[in-house]
Amino acid sequence: MKATEIIFYVLTAITLLSASFVVTARNPVHSVLALILTFFCLTGHYVLMNAQFLAAVNIIVYAGAIMVLFLFTIMFLNLQKEDEESKTTLTKMAAVVVGGVLLVVMVAVFRAASVAPYDPATYNTRVGLVESLGMVLYKDYLLPFELASVLFLVAMVGAVMLGKREPGDRHF
Amino acid sequence: MNLTELIIKSIIILVIFGVTLVIAMYSTWAERKVAGFMQDRLGPNRAGPFGLLQPLADAGKMFFKEDFIPSQANKWLFIIGPCLAILTALMSSAVIPFGDSIRYEGLTIPVQGVEINIGILYVFGVVSLGVYGIMVGGWASNNKFSLLGAIRAASQNISYEIAMGLAIIAILMMTGSLSLRSIVAGQESFLTWNVFTQPLGFIIFLTCAFAECNRTPFDLPECETELVGGYHTEYSSMKLGFYLFAEYINMFVSSAVISTLYFGGYHYPFMNTVHNALTGSLGEVTGHNLATLIGMLVLFAKIFFFIFFFMWVRWTLPRFRYDQLMNLGWKSLIPLSILNVVVTGFGLLYDIEYASWLIVIVMVVLAVMSSARAPKRVVQPQRS
Repeated sequence: MKATEIIFYVLTAITLLSASFVVTARNPVHSVLALILTFFCLTGHYVLMNAQFLAAVNIIVYAGAIMVLFLFTIMFLNLQKEDEESKTTLTKMAAVVVGGVLLVVMVAVFRAASVAPYDPATYNTRVGLVESLGMVLYKDYLLPFELASVLFLVAMVGAVMLGKREPGDRHF
Repeated sequence: MNLTELIIKSIIILVIFGVTLVIAMYSTWAERKVAGFMQDRLGPNRAGPFGLLQPLADAGKMFFKEDFIPSQANKWLFIIGPCLAILTALMSSAVIPFGDSIRYEGLTIPVQGVEINIGILYVFGVVSLGVYGIMVGGWASNNKFSLLGAIRAASQNISYEIAMGLAIIAILMMTGSLSLRSIVAGQESFLTWNVFTQPLGFIIFLTCAFAECNRTPFDLPECETELVGGYHTEYSSMKLGFYLFAEYINMFVSSAVISTLYFGGYHYPFMNTVHNALTGSLGEVTGHNLATLIGMLVLFAKIFFFIFFFMWVRWTLPRFRYDQLMNLGWKSLIPLSILNVVVTGFGLLYDIEYASWLIVIVMVVLAVMSSARAPKRVVQPQRS
């Protein structure tokens, strides 16, 4: 077995373990920390695929920004006590159904999808680096890229509007 | 990669690691000496000549203190907190280019831990992870003061990361690369140092670096009157030592990053002349290695200056209030850095390298105007 394969299997094992701990952990803070570990392992997978830019952005955006805000909110809410009233039989059933449907969809997609074979001799290893990513984003996919940025702008303006204090509002 | 190259590379990595620790250790001594100088007293002078053994004495004291874990604390997270803080602090010096390259037996090896083409993003990512050490430690202590201190530190760090990232974007636009080595290579002659082409970006970055390191004037997370000791209230022994030490390592790393991004890294004026003279008189290999050594010394001189600057500011300026800190970050630095990015873009479009000075000039004129137009303060005669 090659070194990269060993690293791949170890990383995958940690990823799956921490991802299942996210769901099973009783304490929400532990759950969030396990999710951060999961993102780390995914970053490791990106590095294994030589997609360095994606790896760095995954760390900065998900682990560094979004999960910090998650942790923040959970620490503020102080969810130490069990919230039993939200776990009725109906919600449990609904959760199982939704999860099951998602599983079916995923399995169907992955059964239908065919991974294109690659030739190690002609494969360009620089395809995941930031230069080639920039060329693709700003040449071939310019319109979707710009539309996504407009979407982000709209979301940002919406968040600011929601968070804005109107005259007569209470000062917390 | 053959064996010789591997050995030299490992030595470089170990030396960078050791130098980071030693500089952080002696920063604690230097801070007290600088404080002593500024307050007209001697500072530590008992342990060894000039008090040089003081850091060792401090470390010994730290190790022999009782290692206390509060009974209601989350034990594992309580231990992981300081470990995360020091781990993330030590990780970021891996990509900083400390010198040009070493030639040995026909090999040319760059003086750098690893050369990756997204170097600055790596530093940025590791810095953004530094928040976890503080948050996890503060939460796991199961103490309201620790939690509030941790939340303060984290919100301050997140807020200033945005302005910091936007200041870096202007640099990336000038250089066209994310690699720290290419950013240094882009500042070869003295007048193309980024501090001259990006003065506003430099000031924004420096301010954000102060906030990221939780240094005065932004040392709000530690506040005796409001929060006891901040996020490390419950910590003792070497766990506390790790938190304090991480701050000094962060200071060293941010000084190194500032010198690399804005002050030309290991470049200095008339560098090529010195390099040519050395290779001419001492031969291609020895001369080149000596020139690299001089470059490294110059970089360390720049780093030491910035560490001194951090201390200078700490013992000179009073701290901000928390709402002032947030207003400065969100309402002044972020709009200014966006403006800086836009103006830099126009400058690149019309080939004006020093376009960023426009904002600085306009700001200075506005500041002078507003202070001139402000009503004169009437001097109240002192009643006896």
